[in-house]
Order: sequence, then structure tokens, then C-alpha cells
Amino acid sequence: MLYREAGQFKTTYAADQSVFPIRQDRVGIAVILLVAFVVVPLLASSFVLSAVFIPILVFSLAAIGLNLLTGYAGQVSLGTGAFMGVGAYTCYKLTTYFPQANIVILILASGLGSAAIGTVFGLPSLRIKGFYLAVATLAAQFFLSWCFVRIPWLYNHNVSGAIEVPTRTMLGVAVTGPNATPLTRYLVALTIVTLMTWVASNLLRGRIGRTWMAVRDMDIAAELIGIRLYSAKLLAFAVSSFYCGVAGAIMVFLWFGAAEADSFNIDQSFLILFMVIVGGLGSLIGSFFGAIFIWGLPIVLRATPEFFGLTIRAATVEHLQFMIVGALIIFFLIAEPAGLARLWQIGKQKLRVWPFPY
Amino acid sequence: MDLLYKIFLDPFVQMGAAPDLLVQTLWEGLVAGVLYALIALGYVLIYKASGVFNFAQGIMVVFAALTLVGIAAMLRQWGVGPGDVAAYAALILTAVVMLGLAWGVERLMLRPLVNQPEIILFMATFGLTYFLIGFGELLFGGEPKVMITDDLHLPRGALEFKMLGGFVSLQKIDVAAAVIASVMVAALAIFFQKTRIGRALRAVADSHKAALSVGISLEQIWVTVWFAAGIVALATGIMWGARSDVSFALQTLALKALPVLILGGFTSIPGAIVGGVIIGVGEKLGEFYWGPLLGSGIESWLAYVIALVFLLFRPQGLFGEKIIERI
Repeated sequence: MLYREAGQFKTTYAADQSVFPIRQDRVGIAVILLVAFVVVPLLASSFVLSAVFIPILVFSLAAIGLNLLTGYAGQVSLGTGAFMGVGAYTCYKLTTYFPQANIVILILASGLGSAAIGTVFGLPSLRIKGFYLAVATLAAQFFLSWCFVRIPWLYNHNVSGAIEVPTRTMLGVAVTGPNATPLTRYLVALTIVTLMTWVASNLLRGRIGRTWMAVRDMDIAAELIGIRLYSAKLLAFAVSSFYCGVAGAIMVFLWFGAAEADSFNIDQSFLILFMVIVGGLGSLIGSFFGAIFIWGLPIVLRATPEFFGLTIRAATVEHLQFMIVGALIIFFLIAEPAGLARLWQIGKQKLRVWPFPY
Repeated sequence: MDLLYKIFLDPFVQMGAAPDLLVQTLWEGLVAGVLYALIALGYVLIYKASGVFNFAQGIMVVFAALTLVGIAAMLRQWGVGPGDVAAYAALILTAVVMLGLAWGVERLMLRPLVNQPEIILFMATFGLTYFLIGFGELLFGGEPKVMITDDLHLPRGALEFKMLGGFVSLQKIDVAAAVIASVMVAALAIFFQKTRIGRALRAVADSHKAALSVGISLEQIWVTVWFAAGIVALATGIMWGARSDVSFALQTLALKALPVLILGGFTSIPGAIVGGVIIGVGEKLGEFYWGPLLGSGIESWLAYVIALVFLLFRPQGLFGEKIIERI
């Protein structure tokens, strides 16, 4: 009843090709943005902002990055964590060299460094395919992790080996560093993520996105219809690493405040791959669902025993949490291999024809 | 010039100057390689028969070793015979546990996921990894345990050879590991090539549908394969556990086995061994002779780079089946 497009006529090509052709979708996205920009900052405490909302934004962006590569261009990568690291370290070096520059611009620029590195490690992708490529991207992961430890220039020869975020202000308000309030950091992160999601959605609707999908579906066939495989795959690696790099920079500058090489290890890569798979391969909204699900699940699990008044030892809770997360992942894959995004789609379709079954 | 000298000449000069050190390094690389190959073998078995890239092999190694140690300790507490009786009884019981695990995996994970894309199955084994980590820690606790080396009558100590103007020492446990690995590979190769089940396994690997239509039971095959992988995991766990402690840190070894896997090819049992030896020897030589140039710790990525170089020439690994693509 509520979600029905009957009576909404599209009289121009522009209307037909718009991102949200259905009015209810437009209203929905406006409401979501309103909630994210106004309601959440008003209601959420500082702790919730920095422990729940900022991480979800960071991981959503990283998941979008990986989804562009794995879900849309079909190249499985296990090096996401390292590319996030490249972004973070680039941003750190940039703030060192350009202390006066606007920090948001630096965060976005650090994606470029990550994109360059990502392109280099994407080079084997024309020869190597499937799981072989996935394992080959692990080379990037381990090599870059090693660089983060062994090249002191990257962390300005700090004794601790960690990068510490300096205070940077924008319009007189501290955005990064220890003085920045969680609220400011949340809003800056949210703005960047919103912008980049919008860019990604348009990228995917256009020629580039279609090229990637053709490569994903069958790369030889794509080659035969005149798609340059090499440039398509390398572009996918570059754009994906750009997104991951920005996500990494946001993670360190707007969330952690300080980081060392261990923050970008292989577990991080796997975590983001989880988010993409559970959320749904080849779906932008799925990246958000995946990030919310994977980040939120342990929080919920930790709170559950307290809620029921049970007292379990902390170690046991952690073990149980591992077991439950593992079992739930398998359960979700069995229930809906196409991810949460598919459930969302099914729900929308059901709503559309309601009260009829089809 | 100096750098070029250090990269291209100096290591070889060192090798020539101290041949006993070279032999020692080669031997250590060989042993490490064989042990990597054991893990890779577990991957290959499962990939060959069910098309699943089983990420959980690493944790299966840990789980098998922990179960063995845990059951042995339990039996001892109940007053079962002298140490070695308890140890061998535990060995058998652990095999039973691995069979149960294989059955459970088939029932609860693989059967509902039949005919899904490879990446979904891969992620499912990730879920399995998490589950086993939690389950293992819950049962056995997180602290490292000592492998029951003596009770299993595994040899200890070192053999020393006088050769090339120096000493080369071989740990007996390493020799045993190499022997056991070779025996296992030979047995598995025969099993795959000559037996009825082996033929059925290869049929399943070729095509699930065709295998089903000629009356091969997929369930039975999968349980068999996962059980075999479990036994390989148990052997790996004993060998690695004897060299260090049995702890969850061993799980990261699985990541070491991945370059071996792509180098040898996902589908080849001999490939796992050859790949293991190449990676092991390459890694140890690189670390020992070229490592000081770059700073230590290059072991963590050197194996991947070696594998990558081979892959650029043979994208399906050294012994993998040729990838034929059709439109």
C-alpha cells in the first residue's frame, strides 16, 4: 500500500534514469540521511558514536571498496587491510608535510596513494584468476604489513613504531587528534562516506560499472565484445584501493587516533570480506548491511547475557561469541547465499505487491 | 655497484665459503617445506574432491592436536595404563573425533550449500574456522600445551654428521616428519589412483551431477575426504606440535601453506610436496643469505613472492590442471 509506484509516470529520460526512480525510495533515503545527520548526533552519546557509528561508517566504506572489486569486477582480494593501511600511512605522511592543508582534502588525497599501490598489486590479475589471484593478493597484504613495520620513514622514525594523529582543525573546530569530539569526527566521516557512496553508485550505473560487471560475469566474453580487460581490471583495483585507502585514513584519523602496523593485518582483510559476503556481493546497500551486521553482532552478543541477568566469565563469553558468530555466518550463507541485500530486495518486492502474494 | 654485489655475488660467495652452513640451511628449508606441504595436502584433498577451498584446515590442525593432548591427559587421569597406551588410545579416539567433525561438516554445512558458487563455500569454511576457534578454546582453554612426544615414541635429539669441513645436525623429529609426510603422500596418491573410492573421488571432482547420476554417493565421498583431511591435520598437528607448543598460534601456519598451494596447484597432491619444498628451501635461503640486506622478517612475504613469480609463468600452478575456458 505504502510502497507502490503506480501513478508515478516517467515522462523524461532523465526521470527514467534517476538513481531513485520511485518516490518512496527518495523519501526513504531522505529520511535515512536526516536520521544519520540530525537524529543520531542528537540522541547518541559520545561513547556510542565512537564505538558503534564511526566504526560502522569506516567499515561500510571499506566494504564498498572491496565490493567494487570483488562484487562488481569479480576479482577476489584478500589485501583490503593492507590497502587501508596504505591510505592511513599516506594520510599521516601528508599531514606531516602539509600541516596547513585541509584535513578532509588530505584524507581524500591519501586514497590516491593507496590507489597507486593497489594498481601495482592488481597487475598479476590478468594472468591469474580465481582463488589463485586471491592468494596472490595475500602477497600484497604481507609485503605491505612488513613495510609498515620495517620502513621507519613511514611513521616518522617514531620510537614506538606507531602513528599518532596530530590535531588538525577545520573552520576553527578540531577535527582530528585528541581534542576532537566524537560528534565532529562522526559528522566528518559521515559526510565523506555519503559523498563517496554517491560517487560509487553513479560510477556503477555508467559505462565503467557495466564494464566491470561484464568482466565479472565472464572475462573472455567481455574481451570478445571489445572490453579492454587489463584496463578494466586495473581500474577496478585502483578505484577499490582508493575507497579502502580513504576508509583506512578515516579509521586512523577519525576513530583510532593512533595506529600501528598490526591494525592493518590479515584479520582486518578477512573481516571486511565477511561484511561484503554477508551483506551481498555486488550491492552497495549490502556493504552497509554487512558492516552493521558484522560489527553489531558481537556487541549484541556481549550485551545479551547481562540482559538476561546471567553471569558468565568474560573468557567464556568470548569463546561462545566466536562460536556463535561462526555458526551464524554459516547459517546466513545457507539461508541466503546472496546476502542481506537479497533479503532487502525480497522484502521490498513483497511490500510492493502487498496484500497480494504476487 | 656495492648493492648489486651484495645482492648477486656476496650470498653465493658465502655459500661457497661455508658449505656445511649451506647444507644445514637447505635441510632446514626442506623440513619446513615438508611440514608446509602437509598442511597444503589437507587443502588439496578437500579442493580436489569437493571444490571447496577449505580455509579451516589450519584450525583443524590445531583442533586435532589439542584433542589428542586433551584426551591423552584425560585418559591418564582416569588411570589408563602406562603413558604410551593412553597416548595411542588417544590417537584412535582423536581420529574418531575427526570423523565426527567430518560428518558434522557434511551434514550441517556442505549439504545445504551444494551447488553454490565457490566463494560462498569458501566463506562458509571461514565460519567453520571461527566456530572451531571458539569451540576449541572453550573445551581446552587458550593456553599452549605440550605435545605428548615421548608417549607417542617419536624420536628426540639430533643426529650430527661431519661433512664438508663442518657439522650438519639433523633433528630426529624432522627426519621422522619427512618420512611420515612422504608415506602419507604416497598412500594418498595410491588411494586416489587405484582404489574404488579414489576413483569416485575424482569423478566427484570432475562433476557433481555426473557423479550423482552414475550412483556415487556425494555424502559418503565428502565425509571420506573431510575425514582424510582431518587425519592429515592430525599428523600435521603432531609434527608441528612436537617442534613447538600446541597453541592457537599454529593456526597462522595455514597462511604459510597457501603459497605452497598455489605454487603446486590446487588439484595436485605431488604439487603440494614439490611446492612445499620449493617454498621451504627458497624461504630459508632467502632469509639466511639475503635477509640481512632487507632487514629481518622477510619470511612473512617471501614465500608469496616466490609463488607469484611461478604463477606468472604458470597461472594454474606447477602441477595444477590446465584451466580451459570456454564461452
